[in-house]
Amino acid sequence: MSARYADTSRLERLIRELAPAYGPSGHEDAVRDLIGRHVAPLAAETAVDRLGNLICLVRGSGGPGARRVMIAAHMDEIGLMVTHIDDNGFLRFAPVGGHGPATLLGQRVVFADGTVGVIGAEKLDDIKDLKLDRMFIDTGAADRDAAAARTPVGSTAVFQRSVSAAGTRLTGKALDDRTGCAVLVELMHQLHDHPSPHDVYCVFSVQEEVGLRGARTAAYAIAPDLAIAVDVTAAGDTPKGEKLNMVLGGGTAIKVKDSSLIAHPAVRRVLVDRAARCGIPYQMEVLPYGGTDAGAIHLTHSGVPSGALSIPTRYLHSPAEMVDLRDVAATADLLVAVLAEPLPEDWL
Amino acid sequence: MILRELSEIPGVSGDEHRVREAIWQAVRDRVDGGRVDPMGNLITWKGADKPGPRVMIAAHMDEVGLMVTRIDKDGLLHFRKVGGIDDRVLAAKAVRVGPDGVPGVIGMKPVHLLKPADTRKPVPEQELVIDIGASSKEEAERVVKLGAYASFATAYGEFGNGLVKGKAFDDRAGCALLVELLALEFPFPVYGVFTVQEEIGLRGARVAAYDVAPDLAIVLEATTCADIPGAEPHGQSTWLGKGPAITVMDAATIPARPLVQGLVEAAENRGIPWQWRRTAFGGTDAGAIHLTRAGVPAAAVSVPCRYIHSPCAFMSLSDFEYARQLVAGFLEDVPRVAAQLPGIP
Repeated sequence: MSARYADTSRLERLIRELAPAYGPSGHEDAVRDLIGRHVAPLAAETAVDRLGNLICLVRGSGGPGARRVMIAAHMDEIGLMVTHIDDNGFLRFAPVGGHGPATLLGQRVVFADGTVGVIGAEKLDDIKDLKLDRMFIDTGAADRDAAAARTPVGSTAVFQRSVSAAGTRLTGKALDDRTGCAVLVELMHQLHDHPSPHDVYCVFSVQEEVGLRGARTAAYAIAPDLAIAVDVTAAGDTPKGEKLNMVLGGGTAIKVKDSSLIAHPAVRRVLVDRAARCGIPYQMEVLPYGGTDAGAIHLTHSGVPSGALSIPTRYLHSPAEMVDLRDVAATADLLVAVLAEPLPEDWL
Repeated sequence: MILRELSEIPGVSGDEHRVREAIWQAVRDRVDGGRVDPMGNLITWKGADKPGPRVMIAAHMDEVGLMVTRIDKDGLLHFRKVGGIDDRVLAAKAVRVGPDGVPGVIGMKPVHLLKPADTRKPVPEQELVIDIGASSKEEAERVVKLGAYASFATAYGEFGNGLVKGKAFDDRAGCALLVELLALEFPFPVYGVFTVQEEIGLRGARVAAYDVAPDLAIVLEATTCADIPGAEPHGQSTWLGKGPAITVMDAATIPARPLVQGLVEAAENRGIPWQWRRTAFGGTDAGAIHLTRAGVPAAAVSVPCRYIHSPCAFMSLSDFEYARQLVAGFLEDVPRVAAQLPGIP
């Protein structure tokens, strides 16, 4: 597997380290600590803001055409928050982010303290009646008090799943968006070794899955000249799957639109031009739903020209998300290629 | 009592000025200053020059209600809801319409004229009208203009074991709490903000928070209380009479954990009863506030209210009083709690 710039084996190691970590929206601390250890030697400044975003500045060499660039990937993953504990110790929950009942049934989940639970459902006459409010988490607790001691109301569980390789592919939970986080860490390595003219703010954001929240406040603090979100997107290459353009192994996906963003044409143009010029495999992404941090960023202050690079992913929001490492590497490559050159006065 | 006074004032989203005036009269001697922003939020402050974290405490002045959208030839007022109201609670309720409070009743066909099957169906808002006793369009237009607001005409009352009933406890209960809390003195700057247009999308709080630029925020609310027959135990958001509710998560906010922890400790350390708000739907002004500027840690404390968003809600005066004690206690702890919040260097 040959990437143009990125260190593919480092990317794989990062994904294997970051994806299994515990980090539902609002509880990104453990992921932030892991990332923090990697990026501390690579950034001129790092800060954690009031919502918990990790903001890292990699200073550029400056000169004409140097900009403030924000690159964002979110640390949080979807989860299940305990809302009620019954007399027998079963936990009812509310979804944190988008969960499908069919995907949850029979899954194993884990809380911040390591408590493991399995997901069961009430006896249903028809599987169509399977709704989240008829499901529960069973942690083996004997009664209410035993459950409340370890998993009180407000505690949150995530899928328990490690990362496995399948050919050039990786599968696991939370590849949405630890894959993007790994790309940003790799980017910071590359920028550290080969400085960009631009001041690059790498933002590991919080609470994307519940409404692009962290990216909004981070973008306000940074006030960037342009922004690129790095996230996963749906793939349309499974049997009788959705009619989508994106395929695993087809390269990094340059976003045209989703529900939160119409990518700025100038940002899109720069991404496509550099990819074509540098021979980095890419595909275009048109997603008829969904959103990324760029959706929040581009509406900050008086507007931020924004785009997104996406990694096509199968089985999104399941414990078996699947990406192709070649697409991950191409995403890192394209970011490096774009940031290597200044942006002229008339780039917009 | 301020809760009674505020509850009975009409103040549907966008029409909060009477509530604002009553609140200003109640707090003007308790604060250093106050002003009304372009959207109508009342922003008051105490100790703005003091060192320490800027604390914003917010409660919304608006209530759910109706707006007149058409006056027909028979003098009946057609309307649309402002904010979330269940159509089933509308029929046959007394309302007051427009700035002069013209009395009216939400009318529908009498039961005698209905087919039996129709009596089992709720009547949608489009088929209901407000009847003010006018017999023609001209007569109605002499007292009510298109676009006039209507609010429920429910008198406040005390009954049972420390319970009260009335309209608009969501969020006049929060407003009344804030009025009482502003009587306290604080060693740090406090902004008491009475917001507009929460019920239609957290609108006032967003611009008020931008203006105040607080370091942390507490939202005072009334919340759903579904401890009633037919509700599944795990669908019951809060219980009446079991103390103020602290939000773990709602559709608009994952509250800042140091603040949630601070609220819980404030209650536990002082022996104040409290409960979790145990469902995750709905939203409060915290949803808008916490995303302001570079981010504002925010949390919410609510008084449980049965039959919220209806013409007549119930709440417990002990929950109200304990909510006041809980937030007052938290405010004593603010210097310690604020030290645990991540900041921007």
